[in-house]
Amino acid sequence: MTADLIHFFTTNWLGQAIVILAQCLAVTIPLLVAVAYMTYVDRKVWASIQLRRGPNVVGPFGLLQPMADGLKLLLKETIVPSSANGVLFIIAPMIAFMTALVAWAVVPFDDGWVIADINVGILYLFAISSLGVYGIIIAGWASNSKYAFLGALRSAAQMVSYEVSIGFVLITVLLCVGSLNLSKVVLAQSGWFFNWFWLPLLPMFVIFFVSALAETNRTPFDLPMSEAELVAGFHTEYSAMTFGLFFLGEYANMILLSALGAVLFLGGWMSPIPYAPFTWVPGIVWFAFKIAFLLFIFSWTKGTLPRYRYDQLMRLGWKVFLPVSLGWVVITAAVLQFGGWVPKL
Amino acid sequence: MASLDRTARSFLLSELVGGFLLTLKYMFKPKVTVNYPYEKGPLSPRFRGEHALRRYPNGEERCIACKLCEAICPAQAITIEAEPRDDGSRRTTRYDIDMTKCIYCGFCQEACPVDAIVEGPNFEFSTETREELMYNKDKLLANGDRWEPMLAANLHADAPYR
Repeated sequence: MTADLIHFFTTNWLGQAIVILAQCLAVTIPLLVAVAYMTYVDRKVWASIQLRRGPNVVGPFGLLQPMADGLKLLLKETIVPSSANGVLFIIAPMIAFMTALVAWAVVPFDDGWVIADINVGILYLFAISSLGVYGIIIAGWASNSKYAFLGALRSAAQMVSYEVSIGFVLITVLLCVGSLNLSKVVLAQSGWFFNWFWLPLLPMFVIFFVSALAETNRTPFDLPMSEAELVAGFHTEYSAMTFGLFFLGEYANMILLSALGAVLFLGGWMSPIPYAPFTWVPGIVWFAFKIAFLLFIFSWTKGTLPRYRYDQLMRLGWKVFLPVSLGWVVITAAVLQFGGWVPKL
Repeated sequence: MASLDRTARSFLLSELVGGFLLTLKYMFKPKVTVNYPYEKGPLSPRFRGEHALRRYPNGEERCIACKLCEAICPAQAITIEAEPRDDGSRRTTRYDIDMTKCIYCGFCQEACPVDAIVEGPNFEFSTETREELMYNKDKLLANGDRWEPMLAANLHADAPYR
């Protein structure tokens, strides 16, 4: 009987489809809960930085607030402007949301806990995160509104600019690892927390984090949705669940980039101290803890920094981050080559 | 040298780190929020809230229908009709305040020679319909009966400054 079941789930196409579906749900549902509570954490962190209380009325400590917000978005009417391109207008938030979810396929949650353990994991992530911009630019164009269009243009230019420096950051990491497989990236960082890549590649970690802020359109790079100039940027015309999908996608992207930061620089599922009581904690807990830490820095940044001007944003991307990260790629390669540390494949 | 210093500072992100530490410090400071429906801030005796018509201690209403409040009201929110009562004293038969017009300037209570119309400390009188905000004489007198202890205390506290 058991052998039959194993046979069914490993060889039968239907069994494999069920397994894959279950894996997708096992990643997606906790992710959506995490997204909901990320909005709560965000609001609480900003509130305490501004000496306020934040949401504290719905449920104990306001813990049901994200549920109430989600329910509100679900129940409201989706308004499609009469001048908008209806089909693209509806498709755009779906693209934005889908690309944020699809990328999770290659993220390793623990040793071997990964849906698709492909050897080009980093490349796949990079490709998917570039696709995310399509959702935004289609939304801006399909809305047929000047604010949405300007926001989409800004967003596209910004994401393209900062993807360049993220690309160089990824190249330095994979120079040190010798593989594009994300599980191997984590395994290459085994040992104490100062063996993780954040310390040897500290400038790249900073550049990665700042570029991640720009990629997810968060403060200080939230120009695409700067309220003072563009109302709400590319999602000005969106309401109800179409807006909700953008919102979910944005936060899922934030969590994704935090997970990527944890995998690339903070040793993924590794425990910070490789000895007994710490190694008993399951790897996924360490991984979640590291993601939570990076997400906290995301909220903290939003509570601290004002918004960049657009030319400053472009200057930082092209004139500071690009040369610095390019230089660091060269330095890393040189150190690996002449120090004899080139990873053996 | 100054440029070197500046470059070093900008590359080491010293100002960013300083700002982040400041916000981190603020994160652990006590909150300043007044948790409104459960906590309320202090109100001045001069606070101009919901209107009330007061009575004398023997239960006689104070208003003598002089219509000074109606005349001074800049929003023309007050409507008064008056005729002599059976005992010959002059009283209002109608005293309406349209609370949707009222701008809470307090001129009516300033104008009143007998401290009959006053603006009390109550500011939580929102309603679900517009009609409920058209106050009549009964409503105003009921307000007066309800808030009289605080109204008298406020008038007493403010008296030395008048």
